[in-house]
Amino acid sequence: MTEMSYLDGNMLDGPMRELFTVDLSSAMGRCENCGTTGSMASLHVYSHAPGLVARCPSCEEVMVRLVRGPDRAWLDMRGTTYLQVPMPMEQTFPGPL
Amino acid sequence: MGIVSPGFQGRPRTQEPALPPGQYLTEDFPVLSAGPTPRVSLDTWEFVISAENGSEHRWSWQELMALPQETPMVDIHCVTRWSKLGTNWQGVSLDTLLADVDTGAHFALAHSYGGYTTNLPLDDLRGGQAWVVHTFDGAPLPAEHGGPARLLVPHLYFWKSAKWVRGLRLKTMDEPGFWETAGYHDYGDPWREQRYQGD
Repeated sequence: MTEMSYLDGNMLDGPMRELFTVDLSSAMGRCENCGTTGSMASLHVYSHAPGLVARCPSCEEVMVRLVRGPDRAWLDMRGTTYLQVPMPMEQTFPGPL
Repeated sequence: MGIVSPGFQGRPRTQEPALPPGQYLTEDFPVLSAGPTPRVSLDTWEFVISAENGSEHRWSWQELMALPQETPMVDIHCVTRWSKLGTNWQGVSLDTLLADVDTGAHFALAHSYGGYTTNLPLDDLRGGQAWVVHTFDGAPLPAEHGGPARLLVPHLYFWKSAKWVRGLRLKTMDEPGFWETAGYHDYGDPWREQRYQGD
């Protein structure tokens, strides 16, 4: 019997760019359930479903759910403690006066 | 311009079956899944109805099979827009499973092996409208379609027919399930096209 396949987290990048300007595939995320921290690109994304369901590759708990209606979207990230997003280096902070 | 009459022979104008709005007909049985497919042994499988007063009614696989069996033939409608007509199942009516459950609850939260949940009004599980099914087209229900057993509530969108069902929690207050907390409609009537919240 064929196991239901999943995609890797890179496929979240396009749908998430509809909502945010962040490149999610380059971000790190922490699983709220098991504490594993890793690349969002490593998540297991189940897309043959009424929405996208991204699961932690370690414990398989849900970290992200994204439902896209015709004129609305719902994003649930309660399974993600935080996202660590690469940012451009800030300009040199001015020293003490 | 002449008037076009369908004639007097009583021949139907169309052979197209009636589908809920926005649905298309499929002959396949698409597999949808929000996670890995649980593999549940029949030796450890159980179905549990937990009433709001804390009492529990529990069935093993053998006990489920010993209950009166029904063979519903029903149309099913997935919120992803496919419909499949005349599907054949075998299982136990929720009327049978709820018969000895003493409850004043108005809602049920179905829960599954693998963690899936979906909420329904308890009235929608009664009156010959819902089953726990274990057989599809005369064969054991495959795991990818929710086997060993799934809920079958064909008058609502198919996400309400929880795969790998493990039990019902009866509740006095409605508690939204997996998709209902992510934008999908609380009730999900396909004939009223209740796909998303607010539809």
